[in-house]
Amino acid sequence: MSAAIEARALRRTFGDFEAVAGIDLDVEYGEIYGFLGPNGAGKSTTVKMLCTLLGISSGSASVAGFDVASQPSDIRLRIGVALQDSSIDGKQTGREMLNLQGRLYGLGKADITSRMDDVIGLVDIGDAIDNRVDSYSGGMKRRLDLAMSLIHRPQVLFLDEPTTGLDPASRSSVWTEVRRLNREYGMTIFLTTQYLEEADELAGRVGIIANGLIEAEGAPGALKREIGTDLIQAEVDGDVEAAAEALRAIDGIDEVQTHNNELALVTADGAAVIAQVAVALDGCGVPVRSLTLRTPTLDDVYLHVTGTHFGGDDTFADESADENDLETTS
Amino acid sequence: MTTTAAPAEPGDTSANPTEYQPLARRASALHDFVTTASRSIRGIFREPEFFIPAFIVPVFFFAVNVGALQDFAQQSGAVDDFKAFQLPVAIIFAVTGISRASALVTDIQSGYFDRLLLTPIRRPMLLLGLMAADIVSIIMLTIPVLVLGLVLGVSFTTGILGMVVFIAYGALWGLAFAGFPYAIALKTGNPAAVNSSFILFFPFAFLTTSFLPKEALTGWLSTVATYNPVTYVLDGLRSLITEGWEWATLAEGIAFTLALMVFSFGLASLAMRGRIRRG
Repeated sequence: MSAAIEARALRRTFGDFEAVAGIDLDVEYGEIYGFLGPNGAGKSTTVKMLCTLLGISSGSASVAGFDVASQPSDIRLRIGVALQDSSIDGKQTGREMLNLQGRLYGLGKADITSRMDDVIGLVDIGDAIDNRVDSYSGGMKRRLDLAMSLIHRPQVLFLDEPTTGLDPASRSSVWTEVRRLNREYGMTIFLTTQYLEEADELAGRVGIIANGLIEAEGAPGALKREIGTDLIQAEVDGDVEAAAEALRAIDGIDEVQTHNNELALVTADGAAVIAQVAVALDGCGVPVRSLTLRTPTLDDVYLHVTGTHFGGDDTFADESADENDLETTS
Repeated sequence: MTTTAAPAEPGDTSANPTEYQPLARRASALHDFVTTASRSIRGIFREPEFFIPAFIVPVFFFAVNVGALQDFAQQSGAVDDFKAFQLPVAIIFAVTGISRASALVTDIQSGYFDRLLLTPIRRPMLLLGLMAADIVSIIMLTIPVLVLGLVLGVSFTTGILGMVVFIAYGALWGLAFAGFPYAIALKTGNPAAVNSSFILFFPFAFLTTSFLPKEALTGWLSTVATYNPVTYVLDGLRSLITEGWEWATLAEGIAFTLALMVFSFGLASLAMRGRIRRG
């Protein structure tokens, strides 16, 4: 049985610009796959190709067992898509939009009535469902957008940055619904996000995309473990390079990265070495403003594989990164 | 004895993925058309501001043209009944450029057009649904202008049936012209560009027999009017008022109108293909 989503050397160019530079994907049925990357990384372009909205420049891809280039109609019957911006006609009411969406998918009256009852609960906006969408808040629009993408009970659901711009409460409600759809209906969900927390919270596996290439892929926990059990972060004044040199001499420190006046230390056992770190910093005469021990986050994973902070342009000076530490798919 | 599991219900995503039957299906062309048309027509009635200028312009020109030129035109013998001569011009002014292209641009900019493209609906229905709304808009504009003409004393030699044909004739012309703003909307996705498509209205509406019959036109204007399809549409409309059922005149206007429609909607179709290809 083929995967829910497969891509091989998938590539898309716009003139000379290579938005997606040849990616491979395998998303199994029933999986929530998080596609993580900053703005401009190639997430939305990938989604648009997989959804048949954008032609591919080269390579191949299939969704629900159908080829995106030669069988787009079969794919459209089986996928639901909530694109990055809420794609809604503001002149219609919420109920009209849901009804229209059902008709666009060829549903009969009985099916539309039944499905609307189901998805209106998701929108959770009470009587406002009969108000024009123009009057909705951003959160209400996103929830309606999600409900519209579910009206035909798709097999594979694409969510392109579903919570961008939402307040924390609305974000939480979308997360709850995504989990429920996956748990109760076994729906395959391909989720793009620029929020590390969102990918961490929802996705069974994560692909990190940067500059059109998947730089790392795996379960969030596994990805974090790959770069070390613990991280020690130190914010210092003075000569950062001198401090880094002193820290590299400590047994048990696997890696030292510097970024402006910050030091990031990768270690298997932070509690065992943090005292030595404090002593070493004191010994080299560098004033310490803060010293923190924590477990790695996806931001640390992103930093490790791309050399930049997630969402930031500053390059980390990676002194000892081993490029083979992670399952690198590019 | 072996038992087999019941087949998965349509839309049951919890079933074995290979047994998934989509709840969605490709509907009939008629269903697609009714779906897109009903949405577009509903949109008209939610934008009443759309009709105000579209109604004022033809009434204004009708009043000014009749007030300024009626005596001159009738006394010179060029025209017997200048109000009857001007009523078709008012209709052309009312319906030329009327389209849902601005709504299409809004859909493109909001991303709703992409959402429509993600559904299994037939692509041509996205345009045909808008055209249905255009016909409704045009008829809604034509009827008051026609009533105004009747109130001012214009009478139809072809009677009520002639008035119905008159409205349909004007609607066909309005629809033929609507392909241009749709082509611009699909090509650019830019509201300013769509608004500027109004400029196409001027050569069509003024370089013709708007103010005087063709025999009274001279020089280059006479030549341009000969090739302007509006000349033949006006001839057809005027014949319904003053001449009776002149089938050859009517057919000539329809032929020019259909030719323009093929051209303008050909451009719109190409623009849509380009937009779908570009994504």
